Amino acid sequence: MTDIVKSPAETAPEPAGAPTLDRRTGWWADDASEPVRRNLGLVVVLVAIWVVGAITVPRIFLHAGQLWDNELIVLQQSAAIGVIAIGMTFVIIGGGIDLSVGALVALTSVWCTTQATQAYGPAGMVFAALVVGTIAGLVNGFLIAYGRVVAFIATLAMLVAARGLAQLISGKRTQRVNIENVAITNIAENRILGIPILVWMLLVVGAIGWVVLNRTTFGRRTFATGGNPEAARLAGINLRLHTMLLYGLSGLCCGIAAIMVVAQATAGAPDHGDLYELDAIAACIIGGTALAGGRGSIVGAILGVFVFKGITNLFIVNNLEQEYQLIVKGAIIVGAVLLQQFRVGSLRQFRKQPT
Amino acid sequence: MSEHDVVLTLTDVVKTFPGVRALDGVQLEVRAGEVHCLLGQNGAGKSTLIKVLAGVHRPDEGEIVWLGQPAAFPNPQAAMKAGIATIYQELDLVDGLSVADNIFLGHEPRSVGFVKRGQVRRQAREILAKLGHAEIPVRREVGKLPAAAKQVVSMGRALSREARLLIMDEPSAVLAHDEVANLFRVIRGLTAQGIAVIYISHRLDEIRDIGDRVTVLKDGRTTAANLDAKTTPTQELVSRMTGRNIEYVFPPRSEAPASPEGAPLLAVDGLTRDGEFADVSLNVHSGEIVGITGLVGSGRSELLETIFGARRPHAGQITVDGRSLRAGSVPAAVKAGLGMAPEERKSQALVLGEPVYRNVTLANFAHYARAGFTDAAKERRAADDVAERLDLRPRDVRRVVRTLSGGNQQKVVVGRWLLGGTKLLLLDEPTRGVDVGARAELYQVIRRLADSGVGVLMVSSEVPEVLGLADRVVVMREGRVVREAPAGSLDEETVLDLVMAGSLLEGAQP
Repeated sequence: MTDIVKSPAETAPEPAGAPTLDRRTGWWADDASEPVRRNLGLVVVLVAIWVVGAITVPRIFLHAGQLWDNELIVLQQSAAIGVIAIGMTFVIIGGGIDLSVGALVALTSVWCTTQATQAYGPAGMVFAALVVGTIAGLVNGFLIAYGRVVAFIATLAMLVAARGLAQLISGKRTQRVNIENVAITNIAENRILGIPILVWMLLVVGAIGWVVLNRTTFGRRTFATGGNPEAARLAGINLRLHTMLLYGLSGLCCGIAAIMVVAQATAGAPDHGDLYELDAIAACIIGGTALAGGRGSIVGAILGVFVFKGITNLFIVNNLEQEYQLIVKGAIIVGAVLLQQFRVGSLRQFRKQPT
Repeated sequence: MSEHDVVLTLTDVVKTFPGVRALDGVQLEVRAGEVHCLLGQNGAGKSTLIKVLAGVHRPDEGEIVWLGQPAAFPNPQAAMKAGIATIYQELDLVDGLSVADNIFLGHEPRSVGFVKRGQVRRQAREILAKLGHAEIPVRREVGKLPAAAKQVVSMGRALSREARLLIMDEPSAVLAHDEVANLFRVIRGLTAQGIAVIYISHRLDEIRDIGDRVTVLKDGRTTAANLDAKTTPTQELVSRMTGRNIEYVFPPRSEAPASPEGAPLLAVDGLTRDGEFADVSLNVHSGEIVGITGLVGSGRSELLETIFGARRPHAGQITVDGRSLRAGSVPAAVKAGLGMAPEERKSQALVLGEPVYRNVTLANFAHYARAGFTDAAKERRAADDVAERLDLRPRDVRRVVRTLSGGNQQKVVVGRWLLGGTKLLLLDEPTRGVDVGARAELYQVIRRLADSGVGVLMVSSEVPEVLGLADRVVVMREGRVVREAPAGSLDEETVLDLVMAGSLLEGAQP
């Protein structure tokens, strides 16, 4: 009996469209290593940027000291966007999108630099930024998870409203950080072990984000929620609560980013964080996070930001116009997504299909 | 063309899919102006046959003669152009468009790219009048119409393409009784114009009412062709459909039948969800397999989902292990020891892009975590144990679930609940999409689970499966339990009779 039973199952054909995994072996060929391989691709792009830099601007890129200073500038400029992209990665993996991040940076930067807040000192400012960002994010999440508003629309509304609120609070003026709160502006100026504090902040947030996403139940729920919401629900996961928390997390990241932006600008302003949402989303996509949800990587998102800022830097040191830079960035977004879709394995399949 | 001209002939049509011979020599002859009924159990090949005619699938062997010419339909457009229109169970209308736009979708009368809106509406009105439903407003959005009207619009679309053959897949499944009578009126109007209709239904009384001739399919083969729909005895029709050739290997039932005297593991009392099922009461004991069978639309799956808390009941009680279960909450059900393998494995149960072990631990990865930190190694070990018990192939818990065969994917879903110490498993169509060999294996897995003390409540539309595997059988029809008996005391024909007995005869017969 067992013979009849077992033979067909063993010869059961793989479903159509299944990747041909059999020929590859070892961890390197494993699915688990796939994000690593993709991130290495981004590192290659970064190296390519340096190579182009070395050819076009040898006086910076071929002098160790100059190069170090230049790259620190790139990293510093990446810091705030990077932190936002980390929160965005969570949201997108969970099957959502957060368009309000730029506006939340503006709102939080204004909120934490009002005279009333500044009276509480640097710690009070940081506290205000984190709380305001988180609450605004939770409002997004509540509307999406419990009010069943489409994420795109809910966060679009927040984008408009938060910037309006920022203008209202600040009276459309730039609010300077008071001299007694110099600790805040020092964040942008001081270094630890030769590395700017801003960069440390990005690295720390990135490390925490990576651990939370890949090593905690919260992260697991995030992947399940975006990967197959119905399956997650029927497995007993509280989808709505988790969705709300994801947007809260994104808001928290905006709060952290706002502190960094305030430190760099030595002021809070309602026009801070303009179009940050686009940069953050683009960085996530370049980093291999699927807009459909269920797949993505923190390291990829951060590398994505580096690639973007590296290119900006390359154009600046070459004294090239900004318009070329925008065109190249657009091409990179498309190129990264196309690369994801046509990996070698799928190319092999693509050729097999008669069209 | 006289009324008895043959429009369509199929000879020895064969269609195989990986692991299944879906059509294995089908003969069919359809005449102009007749209603030709297709009869057969689930899995007999009706849907595949329709799809071959509609140009969705191409047959591997055999001949199709359409209007006297050998024909092959490489795609649905070709079939449509040739004059074959298909109305699927899930109507393919665009809800956001108007009635008129839907009727002419894809072939709108136009000039230089502009749709002639007036003409579209006028012709749509004419077509609806021809169907006897001039009252359907052609400007109304289709999404706002009741199901019966949508069906008429679908037929209108077929007419607008000047179809010579209309294929209808269980059109009455979504309709109320009086709407069915209406549908039949429309069909008679069409056949009077010489249009041929292939009509698929599980309800024998409908076939008697509307059909002219019947062709019976079993296991992809024509077992009887061109029987008279009005006079052929029911007994003969049913016997042609039953006695399947495919050898199912069912594991033996445990020696001592689960004691019905003991307190039941699951007790459902008077459970009701308006429009889906009403007043359902049943018990499942630990170590027992209870099989629910019935047609699609009889409320089986909805019942299972309600017990699991994915839907909220309007009335009734669910008791697990003597304790009342909070209704409408999946986490509560999971906590009480329930687990469910839903009907749509891929869309409802699995995260396809993730590895096996993560899918196995989807419901309880938190148990393996410490202070919120997951422990992948521990999870993999646990998943490995489950894979061992369920004989998962390949035995690699890091493999992405997408690459597994249907049967092994099902094992992953079942394994998920094993891991959490689930006491009662709800299985909705556990063998759907699982090929024949792997089925027997799944049956053994389910039986072993029961033997280890798990209660199983299973839904299946395949009668032999329920009879062969379950200890007790519950037959549902139109949302109600019509029979409950030990599996040994029932045979396939009796159950089929119960499942298909037409509601029209019992209910709203004028």
